[in-house]
Amino acid sequence: MLDVRDLSVDYGSIRAVRGISFHLAKGELVSLLGANGAGKSTTLKCLAGALKASGGSITLGGTAITSSSPEQVVRAGLATVPETRDVFPDLTVAENLMLGAYIHRRDRAGNRDNLDRVHTLFPRLAERKHQAAGTLSGGEQQMLVIARALMSRPTVLLLDEPSLGLAPAIVDRIFEMIDTLKRTGLTIFLVEQNVSQALALADRAYVLRLGKIVASGTADEIRSSTDLSAHYLGG
Amino acid sequence: MAFAIQFVIDVLSLGGAYALMALGLVIIYGILRLVNFAYGELIMVAGYTLYLTGGSGLPWIVTAVLALIMAVVFGIFTDYAAFRPVRAKSVTAVLITSFAFSNLLQNAALLFISPRPRYVPLPEVFSQTVTIAGAVTPVRNLLTIAASIVLLAAVAFLMRKTTLGIAMRAAASNFTMARMLGVPANLIISLAFALSGFLAGVVGILWIGRIGTVVPGIGLEPLLVAFIATVIGGMRSLPGAVIGGFLLAFIDTTLNYTLSQDLLKFRDAFTFGLVILILLWRPDGLIKGPASGQRT
Repeated sequence: MLDVRDLSVDYGSIRAVRGISFHLAKGELVSLLGANGAGKSTTLKCLAGALKASGGSITLGGTAITSSSPEQVVRAGLATVPETRDVFPDLTVAENLMLGAYIHRRDRAGNRDNLDRVHTLFPRLAERKHQAAGTLSGGEQQMLVIARALMSRPTVLLLDEPSLGLAPAIVDRIFEMIDTLKRTGLTIFLVEQNVSQALALADRAYVLRLGKIVASGTADEIRSSTDLSAHYLGG
Repeated sequence: MAFAIQFVIDVLSLGGAYALMALGLVIIYGILRLVNFAYGELIMVAGYTLYLTGGSGLPWIVTAVLALIMAVVFGIFTDYAAFRPVRAKSVTAVLITSFAFSNLLQNAALLFISPRPRYVPLPEVFSQTVTIAGAVTPVRNLLTIAASIVLLAAVAFLMRKTTLGIAMRAAASNFTMARMLGVPANLIISLAFALSGFLAGVVGILWIGRIGTVVPGIGLEPLLVAFIATVIGGMRSLPGAVIGGFLLAFIDTTLNYTLSQDLLKFRDAFTFGLVILILLWRPDGLIKGPASGQRT
């Protein structure tokens, strides 16, 4: 589904990602783990088209999207939920969701069905559809950005630190949502610092350290590697 | 009574024109975080189109439509000539290119048309007056009020109810995120320039309806007015620009009515003094724009 080979990304003069390779099969939930500054978000921004790769290739379902613009990436089927939880604060919840479906804007019937599906997954958003997104709580905003990404009908969903800065009870609910999404057959790439919860959901995981993948395997393999936990993932 | 009606009509007609000018400027600023200093020249382009097509025998309304089209075309052209090539560079670069483009258009008018004011043929309706409850008022003032009501409503509808308008508002708040949802950046920006050009065209026609002539520097005053109105209203808020426009017109008209003949030549000093007081009270303008967002 998503295939990344020898990807390198520079941040100014600093090489933040150094030749990493990974892949996601259809319906898999794969997690990218690592401490702060390991290069996780940089990798994700590059996949989303917001940062240019300085080397390597990214293919989605056989199509190269390495040097695609953000607009082209989402049209190719890759939807991104950035860690900064970027709702459009002055737009209502409904308008935010409508923009999520921008690339399908002519397919009104399809969007209505998709909106119903999204409202079933996130009933809170249906209740608040006329409210300005900026007035939602942090947890609700996180739900909104995920829901908005789903409105683009992605084949692969990229989630960047969905638990960042949220209260533990909310984090649990967000991970439940992600689990529900996974069960619908969606391919998900989950970038997380919250190792235990990410591994509880993930089929496989990669561990990133200083821009390089230092370990990969099934969630169980990563979890049982005490060495990795101690050194790279903070216990 | 007649005095009150006269005052209200004056404020509303001047305010409507100011609000449209400010709106055209803030639409670009909202998305690009850049002031289009060539905005005044779009008004000039509309004016010279009216002048040049005036003697062609075409009905006036056709020449007015042509003036609007030219303002839209030059609006989009501003994007391609002054903004797009340097957009990703620095604010200073765009500042300079938009000034340069403004200068280029003004000098082209100086060179190819004339440095002297040119009389623009206008339909009679622009010079007629009507009496409303004892108040004698030029019909053009009522036309300005009507045009601004229609256009402000149309812009509000476009921005709130259409996908493209909502995409423009989203792009104004967070350009990168809007792109990540598939909103085509360049199309949205060109559309904003087209809309800005259209508003400048309408303002140009209404403005020339007031003064009757066109000169190469005709755009300077509307640009300044638009800039001040947006600063008062809040640089990034569309309703703010409209409110700023009307407030500025209210201040100007009140001063026109109350200042003695000797003091009237210092009207702008009084106006700017009040603007400074407003900004001391609300440094970000009356209405704050979207909370987040970055220059693109």
